[in-house]
Amino acid sequence: MNDVPSIVVDKLVKRFGDFTAVNQVSFQIRSGEIFGLLGPNGSGKSTTIRMLCGLLTPSSGSATVVGLDVARQAEEVRQHIGYMSQKFSLYNDLTAIENLQFFGGLYGVKGRALDERIAWAIKMSGLAGSEQLLTGELSGGWKQRLALGCAVLHRPQVLFLDEATAGVDPLSRRQFWELIHEMSREGVTILVTTHYMDEAEYCNRLALIDQGLIVEMGTPTKIKQTAIKGDLLLVECSPLGGGLAAVKQAPGVLEASVFGAALHVVVSTGRQPLTELPAFLAAHDVRVGRIELISPSLEDAFVSLTGSRALGSESYQ
Amino acid sequence: MFDRIWCMIVKEFLQLRRDKYARFRLLVPPIIQMLVYGYAATFDVNRVPIAVMDFDHSQESRDLLSRFTFTGRFEVAKILSNEQELKSLIGRSDIPMALKIEPGFAELLRKGQTAHLQVIVDGTNSNTALIAVGYVNQIAGQFSQDYARDRLNQMTPALAAVVPQISLEQRPWYNPDLNSQWFFVPGVIGSITLMMVVTLTAFAIVREREIGTLEQVMVTPIRPFEFILGKTIPFFVVGLADVILVAVVGTLWFQVPFRGNVLVLLLGVVLFLLSTLNVGLLISTLSSTQQQAFVLGFFFLNPAFTLSGFAFPITSMPKAMQMITYVDPLRYFLVILRGTFLKGVGLDILWPQMLALALLTSVLMLISVARFHKSID
Repeated sequence: MNDVPSIVVDKLVKRFGDFTAVNQVSFQIRSGEIFGLLGPNGSGKSTTIRMLCGLLTPSSGSATVVGLDVARQAEEVRQHIGYMSQKFSLYNDLTAIENLQFFGGLYGVKGRALDERIAWAIKMSGLAGSEQLLTGELSGGWKQRLALGCAVLHRPQVLFLDEATAGVDPLSRRQFWELIHEMSREGVTILVTTHYMDEAEYCNRLALIDQGLIVEMGTPTKIKQTAIKGDLLLVECSPLGGGLAAVKQAPGVLEASVFGAALHVVVSTGRQPLTELPAFLAAHDVRVGRIELISPSLEDAFVSLTGSRALGSESYQ
Repeated sequence: MFDRIWCMIVKEFLQLRRDKYARFRLLVPPIIQMLVYGYAATFDVNRVPIAVMDFDHSQESRDLLSRFTFTGRFEVAKILSNEQELKSLIGRSDIPMALKIEPGFAELLRKGQTAHLQVIVDGTNSNTALIAVGYVNQIAGQFSQDYARDRLNQMTPALAAVVPQISLEQRPWYNPDLNSQWFFVPGVIGSITLMMVVTLTAFAIVREREIGTLEQVMVTPIRPFEFILGKTIPFFVVGLADVILVAVVGTLWFQVPFRGNVLVLLLGVVLFLLSTLNVGLLISTLSSTQQQAFVLGFFFLNPAFTLSGFAFPITSMPKAMQMITYVDPLRYFLVILRGTFLKGVGLDILWPQMLALALLTSVLMLISVARFHKSID
């Protein structure tokens, strides 16, 4: 990792009619960095990436990728980037090798260089022996690694991954991230969008994005620390709704929200919530089960920063 | 640039090779359509079943009625004794026409007065009715002429010898037997090609948009016009093969003569293919799903077919409709097809049609490339 910015985004705006999908977004990504855009569906992550790839023209603001302006030099930009989206957009009616040859050809990789890169991509995606299978017959994880292979045949300096792991099993996701880290070590700048919390943790830096605005930016650890200003407690109680209403009235409680079947409650530091809260809730006819201090997750940070109903990561699919 | 276009072409053919349904669609329906149209699309009125009501029962009335079956145009299917039966026959569309001769028919003729032959026609199919009535007129006219001459001959043979007569001699150029297959088969070549090429191209780009590969391709250094060329050249080749197939099957099977220059026809085919490819492209850029493309394609094809002069003469259309026909590529191609097949005319006659197709192609191409740029956004 060095300090030369590979991607510079400055007050980027994209409007669709009256709707502002991306609102004054600015960030810089260093070469070799893995940078994540984290946010719910429709928050503007994909729109941002699509502008950086030259698939959409910005309404205002500017962005450069490897020093090239994405609006004015879109064609040069494309020579230096790889792009992979959630749909693994390969041709299902071509074989793995035909897909690689096709995309290699479009990127102008030819001759021995193409053969070498294809051999590399086949090995990387674990497709050795299955090169002649139709892509449509491959399983999700294979398809995804093949799509990655197609996207980086031309050794791009920047790789955009737009929800690239959506719908893939956890093991394949892990393998996929190992490949991403390897590329990052080789100096490839990687911009990912995701709504998976575990994936967000893999990133060097994150930008939390909500309704087109960046609400917080930093390393995953720093975001969690700064977002939660107090102690975080997990409270299991019944009834859940009554418990939420009651706990918000309790002394020292800064915020509370429902997480799955329990409540996450932020209490200002220096209090004794483990004893105070059960007593307070009992007085309000709420039966408390388990109550314990937990360390905040990125989702807690996101809820705390936006006040919105989380990313709902696990409810997708 | 050529590398990338070549890459697209190879890919398209690979996909086509794998697509069993597309191969079927390119081969079987065009030939079936050719045969169906060739046999069914006809304006000829032959062996029309008719009902007759002869209330005169004279030699004259029998003579007149027998002339109808004699030509082969009509067949007496029913002999009726009252008009009630006729109503139900025509109502059920069993019979499109009936002839009625009132009592006293022969008597009037013999007195040298005007006698009536009543024709009752099912006018719902106005075209067939018109043609059938035309034949009736001819037959009745001939009968009356012959009858008059016979009587004159009997009464004053000397006078009969000097009565002048005009005889009609028909000389239909290019199609002496007025065989309507000769008219339709070249037209069918045009309409099948139009349908084939427009639907193929309209779906081609929309499908890529739908499955997301368009986006994946557009983030590579390929330029939009390279993509469009790579996408359309294969369809051009396929379309060309299809035209040749349909044309060969049509001409051999239906024995339609080809009197012109093959190269002139080929030039017309190329220009027509280019214009229809661009119509398909335009539809592609206007739709975001295959379903929309289907609806738009249908919306284009139906009027394009009706206004082309395939079946309905353009000169008989209202002026405003005639204006619309000028943007219909099939209109020009049909003139080229019929000109080369039947009339054997060359570029000296057909250049305006060629020019029109070339212009249409250029305008359509400009619009669809501009639309394609926008549609990626």
